[in-house]
Amino acid sequence: MKEEFEPNILGFLCNWCSYAGADLAGTSRIKYPPNIKSIRVMCSGRVDTVFILEALRKGADGVLIAGCHPGDCHYQSGNYKTNRRIKLLKNFLKDMGVEPERVRFEYVSASEGQKFAAVVTDFVNELKKIGPSPIKE
Amino acid sequence: MSKEKKKSELKKKLQLAFYWAASCGGCEIAVLDIDEKILDVINIADILFWPVAIDIKYKDVEAMEDNHIDVCFFNGAIRTEEQEHIAKLLRKKSKILVSFGACAVHGGIPGLGNVANKQQIFDVAYLNNPSTDNPKKIIPKTSVNVKEGKLTLPDFYDTVKTLDQTVDVDYYLPGCPPTPDQIMTAVGAIAENKLPPKGSIIGPMKSVCDECRFEKTEKKIKEIKRVYELDKFEEKCLLEQGIICLGPATRGGCDARCLDANMPCTGCGGPTPNSLDQGAKMMSGLASILGIEGEEKMSEEEIQELIDQVVDPIGTFYKYTLPSSIINRRIIK
Repeated sequence: MKEEFEPNILGFLCNWCSYAGADLAGTSRIKYPPNIKSIRVMCSGRVDTVFILEALRKGADGVLIAGCHPGDCHYQSGNYKTNRRIKLLKNFLKDMGVEPERVRFEYVSASEGQKFAAVVTDFVNELKKIGPSPIKE
Repeated sequence: MSKEKKKSELKKKLQLAFYWAASCGGCEIAVLDIDEKILDVINIADILFWPVAIDIKYKDVEAMEDNHIDVCFFNGAIRTEEQEHIAKLLRKKSKILVSFGACAVHGGIPGLGNVANKQQIFDVAYLNNPSTDNPKKIIPKTSVNVKEGKLTLPDFYDTVKTLDQTVDVDYYLPGCPPTPDQIMTAVGAIAENKLPPKGSIIGPMKSVCDECRFEKTEKKIKEIKRVYELDKFEEKCLLEQGIICLGPATRGGCDARCLDANMPCTGCGGPTPNSLDQGAKMMSGLASILGIEGEEKMSEEEIQELIDQVVDPIGTFYKYTLPSSIINRRIIK
């Protein structure tokens, strides 16, 4: 039998909300798929579109960017910028024939361990349907 | 002067070669744009090979010893088998190979062909074009037998490549085309043997904004405009007026000539130093300044509408750099 495709996900989690949310998921022993490798960034606004494209080229099948809810950004407006940035990147990916669903931006607060687990689970299921990144080296 | 002496003097001259691959010919004109300085160049150099200007055949280059050419300026991207063959040949025959102009360095306008493949391009060029009359559906083939014998054409590739994706390159001179000053800097460095380390891009370490005459303040864009849509042209940063200008993401060296003509930078200088992907950098930057005012009150749909004002992300952000960017071609299934 052919082995099921296990997507590789890179997560950029903001220090103030989403990384703490992922931590909470861990300390609360909530189960979620182990496909995500998390990188803590100080703000989701730090995530350059170059990082996302480079991740998709260097082995990630999907990239999750998680930041604070609107209005909660520790730096006032980083998450707004990222929201727009991801939308623009998705338009570009669509034009390039790369599934825009491979990039996901979510708001996860420090108290939303449950949501973080749900987001990762859903993302893994979706990527299993789409398959490996077509731009992987 | 004895014949011997004349010969030894000739030998001291730099042996130059120029070639064009997938390009428009503007780079060749740029070489002539150095005006009377071309005489200085001729004083120090012999031109051995330049299909645009002198009549020398490929077989003459093939007959040269390896490393016979001192410096070869190669412009244009690699799109066909012939271009690849000549790139490899000139690499072998040249001591220094300079990737000249946006097409050779980053893929350039021909590189935008990477949104399609050979079949799609041939379909448009030879079959499904309103102005094309081709009832026998004839498309170019690499070889065809006619009664006089076999005719061949070089193969046309699916993907456009940059010169350094094809052969080893020593120096890069970006720009569409490189400006006369940049060319003279390069020629001067070669003549005086003051060349930077191999792999250097001959250009400043700063962006086009550094050379631009317009006053720059904090950037906020409400909506994206094209140049003709401006009600009133103001003497200030074009980005601040809502025009997409790739200046911040583009390496300078051009003295911001387009800006001098009140037109935005479209990015021919390629990415700024240490930047992997010019288009992605500009996308990041533009998204950060677009719709800042009242951003906290905007609904998701309003934000999407704002972003959708960028109608052609590939053509806008990757006009000259698609083959050398992180995603170098459209994925066609």
